[in-house]
Amino acid sequence: MTIATFPPEPPPPASWTRYLGFSTDAKVIGIQYIVTAFFFFLIGGLLAMVIRGELITPAADLVDRSVYNGIYTMHGTIMLFLFIFPVLNGLNNLLTPTMIGAPDMAFPRLNTAAFWLVPVFGLLLIGSFFVPGGPATAGWWSYPPVSIQNPLGHLINGESMWILAVALSGVSSIMGAVNFVTTILRMRAPGMTLFRMPVFCWTALAAQSLQLIGLPALTGGAVMLLMDLSFGTSFYRPEGGGDPVLYQHFFWFYSHPAVYVIILPVFGIFSELFPVYSRKPLFGYVYVSVASFIIVGLGLVVWVHHMFPSGVAQWMRDLFMATTMLIAVPTGVKVFAWLGTLWGGKLRLTTPMLFCIGGLVNFVFAGITGVMLATVPIDIHVSNTYFVVGHFHYVIYGAAVMGIFAAIYHWFPKFTGRMPYEGLGKLHCLLTFVGANLNFLPMHPLGLMGMPRRVSSYDPEFAFWNVIASLGAFLLGVSVIPFLLNMISSWIRGPRATYNPWNAIGLEWLLPSPPPEDNFGEEVPTVISRPYGYGTGEPLVENQSEIEKRLQLQEVLA
Amino acid sequence: MNSSAPSSINRTAVLGLGLWVALLVLLSHWMGRQAHHWLPVPASNAAPLVDGLFSFETAIGTFVFGAVLTVLVWVLLFNRAEKYDESDAVPIEGNTRLEVIWTAIPFVLVMAIAVYTMRVNHRLGVLGPMEHIHAHSPLEMQGGYPADRLPAEQIEVIARQWSWEFRYPGRKISSTELHLPVDQPVTFRLNSDDVLHGFYIPAFRLKQDVIPGRAIDFNLTPTREGRYRLRDSQFSGTWFAANQADVVVESQEAYAAWLKQAAEQPLQNGLSVAVQEYAERQQKRNPGWATVPPAPPPQVNVPGSPNLPHDA
Repeated sequence: MTIATFPPEPPPPASWTRYLGFSTDAKVIGIQYIVTAFFFFLIGGLLAMVIRGELITPAADLVDRSVYNGIYTMHGTIMLFLFIFPVLNGLNNLLTPTMIGAPDMAFPRLNTAAFWLVPVFGLLLIGSFFVPGGPATAGWWSYPPVSIQNPLGHLINGESMWILAVALSGVSSIMGAVNFVTTILRMRAPGMTLFRMPVFCWTALAAQSLQLIGLPALTGGAVMLLMDLSFGTSFYRPEGGGDPVLYQHFFWFYSHPAVYVIILPVFGIFSELFPVYSRKPLFGYVYVSVASFIIVGLGLVVWVHHMFPSGVAQWMRDLFMATTMLIAVPTGVKVFAWLGTLWGGKLRLTTPMLFCIGGLVNFVFAGITGVMLATVPIDIHVSNTYFVVGHFHYVIYGAAVMGIFAAIYHWFPKFTGRMPYEGLGKLHCLLTFVGANLNFLPMHPLGLMGMPRRVSSYDPEFAFWNVIASLGAFLLGVSVIPFLLNMISSWIRGPRATYNPWNAIGLEWLLPSPPPEDNFGEEVPTVISRPYGYGTGEPLVENQSEIEKRLQLQEVLA
Repeated sequence: MNSSAPSSINRTAVLGLGLWVALLVLLSHWMGRQAHHWLPVPASNAAPLVDGLFSFETAIGTFVFGAVLTVLVWVLLFNRAEKYDESDAVPIEGNTRLEVIWTAIPFVLVMAIAVYTMRVNHRLGVLGPMEHIHAHSPLEMQGGYPADRLPAEQIEVIARQWSWEFRYPGRKISSTELHLPVDQPVTFRLNSDDVLHGFYIPAFRLKQDVIPGRAIDFNLTPTREGRYRLRDSQFSGTWFAANQADVVVESQEAYAAWLKQAAEQPLQNGLSVAVQEYAERQQKRNPGWATVPPAPPPQVNVPGSPNLPHDA
């Protein structure tokens, strides 16, 4: 390598307007994904506030029951398809190419198309609030026959728009998955073998493979649902010889693995961040990496655990209980590996680290209630009750969203070139952790007592825990304020970030902050060791000190 | 650990750890006992089995959660970097023996739970053989008693948007309040007229989806007298939340008396909160989003009341 280009040309200051157009730069698309996702996060969150407002009293007195059903349906749909999947795809876009030393994604234009489908189906879904009859009201599972009842009989109705939006979301996710899998498999830096790849990329590869396997089932199931709804077929209509339970198989064959699509990258985030902030290598790197694929394999054969009370045979109950239980093993291995990483470390309790630790606590709790749910007799009592809602929100908000916040704070300086504010970040973390636990813990006793989910009114004996849950939800709503304040103000006028403010090891930290459009360009460093070499003194890449010197010089000159 | 440390420190550490584990075990045991109080009163022969399993898993879960939390609190207290300490920690990259152990322990643990559960499953055996039935004939819609094809001790349950109807075949009784004799096995035949519903009585710990186009036989034995809620547990549309009924478990004598009294009552509108709310809703200028209108209330001998105090 030569340093003939020294001193490097400072990149022209890029205009923020590039975020509004059809960019093919994965780093721009990544931020487009994340900002779009948080726009819908606010809408979904607002709906959650209405839900908890309704449930703060036993009677259905805040909104009409049909409105409540529409709101909880849209809350779930928006949060999953318009917040959590897009925000994770945003992180994938930012991190995958920079972590493996690729200049961009394998198919940049496919990437653009996949992103721009998100606002399209987002508008479709939000638009369904305004069609006659209102949006879909059958829950995010959209089980027939209730989902195909179509009371007004219009061809364009909330439910049909919902199905189209979900199908488009599937198309977008498949396009994204093709791109991520190809990029990770084909575009790694020289020397970066699979077992020198950061765990985040392992988990992204695992999660996106799941998308490729699972999504066709959901999309097929959704098309049949649309046919039943709009064109009079009887795939799921019992009076025409169809079987409503069939839909549940199609739905859960994808939608259970979908939870792993969400949580696996978050495991990746934990695996990246714990080493940085405890200054130790990841404990058992190889096993942690492989465990992601064990989870993929098992995750594909557990879907019937969502259907234990649906009328499935006893052997299915036993079999799917056993497979579900087994998932606790690779997952437990990861948790132990993180604890092993923390053990004897030199912990730095920065905002991202606090989010990771909080997320880990919530995740372990969710894992325990998950094993309870796997055991058939308990599941039969608590399935479709608030116990499941509590478990699910511990996984998705308590663990996944907290992990995503950790990732945002951790990589914010890399991709914006600015440092987020620690004080606001820690306040955000505290409010999130307290709010989430206050919101979701009371759901467990409610479920055990027998309060079904999706109810717009309930018996007075459930009032106590519901009031607490609602207060927690409002606190969670408040927790978003310091986050937004932090993101906006630090992006505009936060202190400038150095190329490696956390003293982290990884290819992305050998790029300037923010990285140039083609990342390393022609000068992709050669990887010579495993990631997470904290304390080993081994460099990650060839000529690492030269690269670092150059980056430092560049910062001094800027 | 420092190899030059005197063995007395090691002994203290082992002792301390042992004490802490013992404390955690005690706490877990206590939580396991507490778990019974988080559930509704047990009112069927299935309930003790389910509650026992839940208590067992609560205890194990408490231990696991407590252990993880202990490690986390420990590192947060004692493994924080000193201020201005920018150095790295000792690079431990893994430990194969430890990794094997912590794979084996959860594996054995979850498999043990699974085997225990399968035994409970088979003892419960609540789900009877399923058969597909043809869509209801018009005859059935006219308030007859088509359930005479069932054995006498069966109760036919018909779920609708949004009401529950219970038919006692052979006795020509129909009700929107379920009455059961205590300590007698009973078989339900679950049918739905429209969409999926969930037949869920929390005090019995049992739940079964009711699937249109299928008749599902479902067995249980109530074991405690009292008034309990039956709740629809599978989302069924607008008045899903209001689709509840009361289950009265009573002594043989009281049950016989109820049957006798019920047979004398004329047919009348059964309980359907949805029908009542729908009528009020139609009066409003802006009634909300589109809804399927509720099915007319079933014609029953005993409607029951939605507002009586219930045990669970």
